[in-house]
Amino acid sequence: MATPAERPDPDALLRRVQAEERQARGGRLKIFFGFAPGVGKTYRMLQVARELVTHGLDAVVGAVETHGRYDTASLLLGLDLLPRRTLPYRGRVLEEFDLDAALARRPALLLLDEMAHTNAPGSRHAKRWQDALELLDAGIDVHTTLNVQHVESLNDVVEQITHVQVRETVPDSVLERADEVELVDIAPEELLQRLKDGKVYLPEQAARAIEHFFQRGNLLALRELALRRMAQRVDADVRAFREEKGVEATWPAAERILVCVGSSPGAARLVRAAARMAAGLRAPWVTATVEQTGRAPLGDLDRERLDAHLRLADSLGAETARLAGATVADAILAYARKHNVTRIVIGKPGRSRWRELLRGSVLDEVVRGSGDIEVHVISGEPEPEREPRAAGPVRAGWWSYAWAALLVAATTGLAVVASGLAGVPDPQMLYLLAIMLAAIWFGRGPSVLAAALSVAAYDFFLVPPPYTFAVADARYVLTFAMMFGVGLLVSSLALRLRRAEQSSVLREERTAALHTLGRELGSALHLEAVAAVAAGRGAVTLGTAVAVLVPEGQGLAVRGVSPSDYALGGAELAVARWTLEHGRLAGSGTDTLPGSAVTCAPLRLGSQTLGVLALRPRQPGALPTDQRDFLLAFARQVAFALERVRLGEQARQSALRARTEELRSALLSSVSHDLRTPIAAILGAATTLRGEAALGEKTRRDLLDAVCEEAERLERQVSNLLDMTRLESGTVSPKREWVPLEEIVGTALGRVERLLGRGAVTTSIAAGFPLLSVDPALLEQLLVNLLENAARHAGGAGVEIRAEQEGGSLVIEVADHGPGIPPGEEERIFERFQRGANAGGGGAGLGLPIARAIAEVHGGRLSASNRPGGGAVFRITLPAAEPPPPAPAELEPAGGAP
Amino acid sequence: MTGPEPLVLVVEDEPQMRRFLRACLTAHGYRLVEAGSAREAGQLALSHNPEVILLDLGLPDADGIELTRRLREWTRVPVVVVSARGREEDKVQALDAGADDYLTKPFGVNELLARLRVALRHARRGGTGADLPVVETGGLRVDLERRLVWVEGREVKLTAIEFRLLGLLARNAGKVLTHRQILNEVWGPGHAAQTHHLRVHMAELRKKIEADPARPRLLLTELGVGYRLSDGEGEP
Repeated sequence: MATPAERPDPDALLRRVQAEERQARGGRLKIFFGFAPGVGKTYRMLQVARELVTHGLDAVVGAVETHGRYDTASLLLGLDLLPRRTLPYRGRVLEEFDLDAALARRPALLLLDEMAHTNAPGSRHAKRWQDALELLDAGIDVHTTLNVQHVESLNDVVEQITHVQVRETVPDSVLERADEVELVDIAPEELLQRLKDGKVYLPEQAARAIEHFFQRGNLLALRELALRRMAQRVDADVRAFREEKGVEATWPAAERILVCVGSSPGAARLVRAAARMAAGLRAPWVTATVEQTGRAPLGDLDRERLDAHLRLADSLGAETARLAGATVADAILAYARKHNVTRIVIGKPGRSRWRELLRGSVLDEVVRGSGDIEVHVISGEPEPEREPRAAGPVRAGWWSYAWAALLVAATTGLAVVASGLAGVPDPQMLYLLAIMLAAIWFGRGPSVLAAALSVAAYDFFLVPPPYTFAVADARYVLTFAMMFGVGLLVSSLALRLRRAEQSSVLREERTAALHTLGRELGSALHLEAVAAVAAGRGAVTLGTAVAVLVPEGQGLAVRGVSPSDYALGGAELAVARWTLEHGRLAGSGTDTLPGSAVTCAPLRLGSQTLGVLALRPRQPGALPTDQRDFLLAFARQVAFALERVRLGEQARQSALRARTEELRSALLSSVSHDLRTPIAAILGAATTLRGEAALGEKTRRDLLDAVCEEAERLERQVSNLLDMTRLESGTVSPKREWVPLEEIVGTALGRVERLLGRGAVTTSIAAGFPLLSVDPALLEQLLVNLLENAARHAGGAGVEIRAEQEGGSLVIEVADHGPGIPPGEEERIFERFQRGANAGGGGAGLGLPIARAIAEVHGGRLSASNRPGGGAVFRITLPAAEPPPPAPAELEPAGGAP
Repeated sequence: MTGPEPLVLVVEDEPQMRRFLRACLTAHGYRLVEAGSAREAGQLALSHNPEVILLDLGLPDADGIELTRRLREWTRVPVVVVSARGREEDKVQALDAGADDYLTKPFGVNELLARLRVALRHARRGGTGADLPVVETGGLRVDLERRLVWVEGREVKLTAIEFRLLGLLARNAGKVLTHRQILNEVWGPGHAAQTHHLRVHMAELRKKIEADPARPRLLLTELGVGYRLSDGEGEP
């Protein structure tokens, strides 16, 4: 058949199979794709749906906007419409697509117009395309509509063409996930005509912007863009087909693209450009950001922007990497080499020339070190000339300026004294020290102030002529400049040192926290302990209330919580359930259910979600990426511990199963012996009686006695087995009644009378021994079994039953004067099918286990020991119960007194 | 036995059990009619008017307890239940439904014959035995009319409630009475849940009547079911 050269690429085959599997598992996504509003996407989607419905498909309209267009609305007639969900929002009522109703209704096909739609606040997902993904995951087919300007990677191109910024975007990965994309296309002229006829819906608030949008030139460009995007997709389909059929013999060398982004607003452009390049080359791509060691951690605004860029890259299908290094260029190049990157995309520097000279240009360094890696330079938007502002503690208050001034004043005093009295030649050095201290203690602003004040004070107090700002010698001007410059330099170095220390302290704290967590989890041996450690550590490390939830039965159970009064309400549990089902972050600070009062992280290992870590959000707004990463790292470690505990539990279970199996085979062999022996005796005796006519009267009697005795023995075995099974099945709950012990002992003695003989048992029940709250029949069985045991092992002589109250428990003892229990066997005799060495036939070794089981279902214990004077003693301990309402001394009978 | 041979209706679907019962009962002077189902039993009870019914609970077409209930709607014929269901609640259920006695499979022939004799005696006496002035069993003599009790010829003083208790058991000597039946008769309806009162009084009664209260010979306990006054039949 196929020669090796024709064989399809294994990776490609695997991808193909995976795609097919996903499709078999999930629903199919079809997108009706257009280049502008009004081209007729919704109309076409409904047309297709109607056709499918006539073929018997269960199609339901989830959300369709007809915008009052008559021809579109008429298509809705006869289709099944899902009722909208109403959401109260700031005094208004918003209508929104009802995801839960759709999931409950489970149609074969759901129509969902406007994939880029942003859901009303309070919905589960922020965007409608997320709803669509959840529906697909649930195995529901989805038909939806999309305009080219909403495609994430084309967003900025559209903006360039139309000068209209579109904020509602759909990630390219969703578009790529679509099983089918149908282009809905009309000529721009026709669209303009339709617009003139009022057939195109324009939201009023955007009317002016849209006027600009609907220009012939724009429409032509957009149409080209849509057609090109479509062509890309057709190309991909063809490629998939070719790969499947093994058409292509050689494969292009793998390309890999790396794009470097920072916190500047222009970086989004870089990301989109890289995405387009990657799509064009069909190459995987990575978005990298470098945290420079020794630089200050980013301010809130910059961090948010950087996070947004990384999220954007993620949504466009990129891997993201956070690198750390002394310089940006080194970190980037090292990563690129290690990961076989073929192209690096980098932004054109927006910095002014002198700063580049001062600090060097990342671009230059990258280009210089790139070797055979191609470097693509993309122009960013004009970047505002603004240094990232340092975070938190560096920001100085007015008092630190005052302290800086004070520091300079003190230094001046010292300098005056030093030069005046001691004749120190270079007192200006003291000022440098002061400036450096100001930088370390108070930050940048105060250190600059200190430098300026130092120059002024030095001039005024020390430079001749003293006590004037006049300068006698022009050389001092140079000294001033040097002093100021060196002061600034020193202060900036000091600052950098301090920031490096801060960021490394933060990093170290987190590493240490994870380390501590790992150590504590290591010593947790069961699920409860793991959950408790995770919650406790989590509360300390994350600085908020934390709960650990694990699936139990159909729902989720809270297993660890810290602080202990943190409780999750129904809405919070719903978020946790969502996280458990989907294995993704949800709740406050994320894209899913952001309005809820909890953040849930999956305890996830591979594709399996073992539980949920729920925490009370500390601040509103999106979770910063570094916190998010830390949370996920934390959760992953907890997941590892959970998995370990689970595996341990499984091992224990299988050991238990093996033990059960062992017992079962012991039971089988014992039962077959104990049941067959009496049957053999009965059968033998009966056939003899039937067959032999010439039996003597005595033999006949003997045989008949044997039949009766063996039948009785058989009956005892069977009822023992039945009792044991009943007790073991765990379904026996004692039917407790208030019974005097005397009554139970009386019937028990009655039952064993034939075995023990009359008068062989002495009973002493302590005066005032209370009524027992027990199942009388079961307790009688217990006593009978103990008495039978005594009869069998001790010949029944001198058996004593004693009962007394010992504190909170009632103790009943059955003692005999037999040989006692062999040392070390005190527990083993309660195991099933253990027959004592001197057992005189009879029981199947079930009597004592049954007795113990009965004691246990009453919440009591049964133990055995040897008595000092020889013989065994069995001790039943039952918890004393609340006494019943006392019986009246004499209840008046209904019929009156005699 | 007085009168002609008593007629027993055996309701049992197991052929082997019927074979055994037929052999054993005819050998001991009983006449038999046999039914294999509840429907058949109902018809035969109506047409043959048996003196005692021996009823197996596990019938193919209906539950024996249900059959007992239906029979009790129109006849007082004694019903002795024979069943492999040995749990106490099954016994209580059957007795409360109106059965006179309960035998758990497997059982010995002697026990079966003793229970049948008790049932027949009660039936011939007219059910409750209200007309019987004196009951004597194993050294105990109860004069129901004059409300006097002797043990081994010595008179015993009983409280009113103890006498009602003993009187009830004596009138039904040999028959098991369930806790509910006793509580209803002695204390009246509405006391059925307070079995521990009954037990306390029973313990007191035993102290007065039994030679060894820890090992009663007369006032016998059917654990989880009720009490029975021994009539000397079928006891070890």
